[in-house]
Amino acid sequence: MTTHGRNLVPMLAIGAVALAAPFLLPDYRIQLAFLWVMILFALTWDIMGGQMGYNSFGNILYFGIGMYVCAVVQRDAGFDYFPGLFIGLGAAAVLSVIVAAVLGSGLLGLRGHYFAIGTLGLGIAAGEIASGWDYIGAGSGMVTPVYPGEIGGRQTFFYFACFVLAVVTFLVLKRIYAGRFGLAINAIRDDEDKAEAMGLHTTRYKTVAWCVSAFFLGIAGGLVGNLIGFIDPRDVAFAGATYGVFMVLMAILGGKGTMWGPVIGATVFHVMQEVFWTYLLGWQRVALGLLIVVIVVFFPQGILGWARERFPERFGIRVETATDDADAR
Amino acid sequence: MSSLDLLFQAPILSVQLLIDGILIGAVFALAAYGMALVWGVMNIINIAQGEFVMLGGYVALYAAQAGLHPFLGIPVAAAVMFVLGWALYRAVIFRVVDKDLFISLLATFGLSILLQQLANEVFSADVRTLSSGLGTIFLFDGMVTVSEIKLVAFVATLALGVCLLLFLKKSRMGQAIRATAQDARAARILGIDADRVYATTFALNAAICGAAGALVVMTWIIHPYLGLAYTVRSFMIVVVAGLGNLGAVVAAGLGLGAAENFAGFLLGAEYQAAFVFSLLVVILVYRNIRLGRQRKYLK
Repeated sequence: MTTHGRNLVPMLAIGAVALAAPFLLPDYRIQLAFLWVMILFALTWDIMGGQMGYNSFGNILYFGIGMYVCAVVQRDAGFDYFPGLFIGLGAAAVLSVIVAAVLGSGLLGLRGHYFAIGTLGLGIAAGEIASGWDYIGAGSGMVTPVYPGEIGGRQTFFYFACFVLAVVTFLVLKRIYAGRFGLAINAIRDDEDKAEAMGLHTTRYKTVAWCVSAFFLGIAGGLVGNLIGFIDPRDVAFAGATYGVFMVLMAILGGKGTMWGPVIGATVFHVMQEVFWTYLLGWQRVALGLLIVVIVVFFPQGILGWARERFPERFGIRVETATDDADAR
Repeated sequence: MSSLDLLFQAPILSVQLLIDGILIGAVFALAAYGMALVWGVMNIINIAQGEFVMLGGYVALYAAQAGLHPFLGIPVAAAVMFVLGWALYRAVIFRVVDKDLFISLLATFGLSILLQQLANEVFSADVRTLSSGLGTIFLFDGMVTVSEIKLVAFVATLALGVCLLLFLKKSRMGQAIRATAQDARAARILGIDADRVYATTFALNAAICGAAGALVVMTWIIHPYLGLAYTVRSFMIVVVAGLGNLGAVVAAGLGLGAAENFAGFLLGAEYQAAFVFSLLVVILVYRNIRLGRQRKYLK
């Protein structure tokens, strides 16, 4: 239980800063909300990418599905704003998980590289279909309902919603990585044949892992749709070229396969993006590609892995106590 | 569906679609063969494959604008892409070639984004095409039209395929490449310089894609975001045809071209891209089911 005590202080500090942030920086509430969404992106990508060793380039699919499902429920179910929103978020989570379970049982019997390229197609196919489907507004997108509270209340409300969701995601993942599930997906990453020979139902574990990411991404999609207020099929919902790439980059930047790595990576990346991005004048996405190549080739361990190698004595105690949830590769 | 009715009322239309599709398919097969080469020899799945095709197209485009005959753009594109492929191997790929697939997938994924966005910045996002100056052939009293450049592209693709095959069978380097593909360790023991083989393979793949891109820009269009579709098509073809089987790759490529063309006609052009990416998922699911059945036999 010493792990708890040691992690409690930074966690409380983060919590205090997070609660105060929207009041200290009211103009940046949307960007701050996105910080939590980015952390969630990196954490959910890391379930497959880091802990299980399966590249998924199409996790954005569930984000988009969640966004559309939530918006459609809000539009067509005829509830008031808040009941509609929560029912919509629930529906978004459920539908994302169902899609993940169906696709997962179809695709996840395949090994990593086939799965990776398959997911590359998924996100784009979904974007193309969404932009041709009239029921959800086709290429011209959808508008989410207007927030009933006072002006500016929307940003604060969704900031806290995103914050709570990210924290819940973190805690849930920490919990499940510590148990049998975490051991099983780590075994799949290390040697899938052996894991299967030991009697693990690898396909089932892989599908469940994908469903977990889909669950949180679906809810996040619903929230972000309402936060932004407008859903574009290719640039917001199934934004493979931005968010889809960000998730991969942030997780490997921070250190894939660790608990805090994605959080650190997402924070560093998001702050960097908000501060420096505009100075790059359109070359941001070039820098994005370059960054992925450089990180993957030269720093595959990420920030956390690098720090651990560089200052092992500082991490010495933590590495030992935290091996169950933060396993270095 | 109204377009389906149209197809039944005018069966000649399906001949048109089939011919167009098969002529497109040849170029897909070319890019797919390059991917199979790299996959088989280096055990890398190159996600930047489509970006090589796209860049080859731009090279041919600018070569033609500089005053070269459009057909000379094909060897120029191949040569430039060969150099680029070599440079990319020396800069990035050789560092990941011995690592596991996870790393090399991510690295080529990053390369693909890098090249795509670089092209977007340098060449702008406009849709471009290059006129070859050739005419159109009319068949069946003008019911079926075949533009001559597509025929040229088809023939050029086959010629390139034959050249490639001869290179792999006859030349020392080609033999070394095939030996490495069969057994990298044994090849190394017999004195084959694996690093050189890898560099040549990767550069050769880029050159093949460059030539394919030069044909694409003359027959259809190019734009910076074209790449992923070609990567996915190549991957599909390789998955269906298997590694190192040129005949099957060509057959699968032609089949994919025809299927895609029919789907584009029946579903409407806006769903053609969705069709390509969905087909990938369908093929992989099918493969999954087949592998699952095999596993049951093993029990």
